[in-house]
Amino acid sequence: MSYLGHVLVHLRKDLQLEWRSRDSVNGMLFFALLVVVVFSLAFDPTAAMSRQIAGGILWLALLFASTTALNQAWTREQRNRVLEAQRMAPAPPSALFLGKALSNLLFVAIVEVVLAPLFAVFYNLHAVGQGWLMAAVLPLGTWALVCNGTFFAALGLRTRNRELLLPLVLFPISIPALLGMMQATTAILTGAFEPGPWIRLLIGYNIAFTAACLLLFDTVLNAE
Amino acid sequence: MQRSRIFGPLGLVWFLLTLAVIVYATRLGLLLSPPEATMGNVARILYYHVPHSMLSLVFPYVNFGASLAYLYWRRRDPLKALTADAIAISAAEVTVVYGSICLVTGMLWGRVAWGIWWTWDARLTSMLLLWLLYVSYLMLRKLSSTGQAHTLAAVLSVFAAIDVPIVYMSIRWWRTQHPAPVFGGGPDSGLDPSMKPAFGWNVLAWALWGVFLLAMRYALERRKQQREQDAALQAIEASLEMAQ
Repeated sequence: MSYLGHVLVHLRKDLQLEWRSRDSVNGMLFFALLVVVVFSLAFDPTAAMSRQIAGGILWLALLFASTTALNQAWTREQRNRVLEAQRMAPAPPSALFLGKALSNLLFVAIVEVVLAPLFAVFYNLHAVGQGWLMAAVLPLGTWALVCNGTFFAALGLRTRNRELLLPLVLFPISIPALLGMMQATTAILTGAFEPGPWIRLLIGYNIAFTAACLLLFDTVLNAE
Repeated sequence: MQRSRIFGPLGLVWFLLTLAVIVYATRLGLLLSPPEATMGNVARILYYHVPHSMLSLVFPYVNFGASLAYLYWRRRDPLKALTADAIAISAAEVTVVYGSICLVTGMLWGRVAWGIWWTWDARLTSMLLLWLLYVSYLMLRKLSSTGQAHTLAAVLSVFAAIDVPIVYMSIRWWRTQHPAPVFGGGPDSGLDPSMKPAFGWNVLAWALWGVFLLAMRYALERRKQQREQDAALQAIEASLEMAQ
């Protein structure tokens, strides 16, 4: 089976599992909605101010929501010792990682599709800058969160307090990516400055860390 | 059971030499060098703050190099790998100590010179992020079980090393878009010749001290590793006796 074939099998398995339970998408969706509502109550923003802060709030909501789901992503594999079987399988370990990361990307993308209209309604938003650029910023930013998040969730899988460890490790590493997505979104919403450099930063970040994740996943999976 | 001595003759000589240089450098910095032109005596914190910030940018390289060496030797030569891992954790801890000192003394100076404890300036922010990265490294080591802490920490160190240049660039862009209200040029915008000896001696003093801390921590970590190995060996022997 080719590498792509392995990735697709893993992806299909994860999608099927999620389709049967729909735990993580529903959980993320409701969690992100709660964060949006709570922030809206906390700041009570006017239309002009909400344009300034909405980029940050949108990505923070997605960050927190995806952290809760990513923690569960690998525990599924621990049930019935599936992960041990995966380790013994002759398939390349990075294909397992890539399948898992792509499925997480899809789940977070579903959350974004549902959340974005709600967000625009709650914060009374309309983009002053080039709104179509969000079509580049959203997938790039989501991949930046999900790729490293899936990797660190696997890294913390056999540690004590793994629910706590994931944000402790993921957030410091992700700060430049978070800065990039928040700034790009704010630039698009307010039209005050160019989002171009921030989108390029996200692309560079994604290339560097996707390569690192694929190369080092084998080491993390067989860490003993 | 053989144990390496923590405080050998070389260590003692190094320690005394370091103490002497620290005393000399502090005397130069606090008493003998002239007060700075605009800030007066407040600027003397520069002799303490700048060496620490410089060195807290050096020790991460030690950590990264040792982590790469660990990953390389992990399967090929486990004993060498353990040595590399002991260096890696020592360097990470010294980085956090020096980084904390740099941040705290910087705040003290900022309160007097700028009137504020903290500003989200490019240098302050990137230093804080570096500090956060290494604290998260230490947290990971603390929370992961003994068998795999070395590998996981080494992987995280590689990620941190990739992250640092991206952090540096992104923070610079961020701050050029929103110019910070206050920032006087750093010492690299020119140091008066009369201040140079004090500065140089202080850099040397704190570098010696940092290497001393690193070596002490390394010796401690080696002892810990040895104890773990002894315990593992005893457990194996006990289980063999049970089997008989």
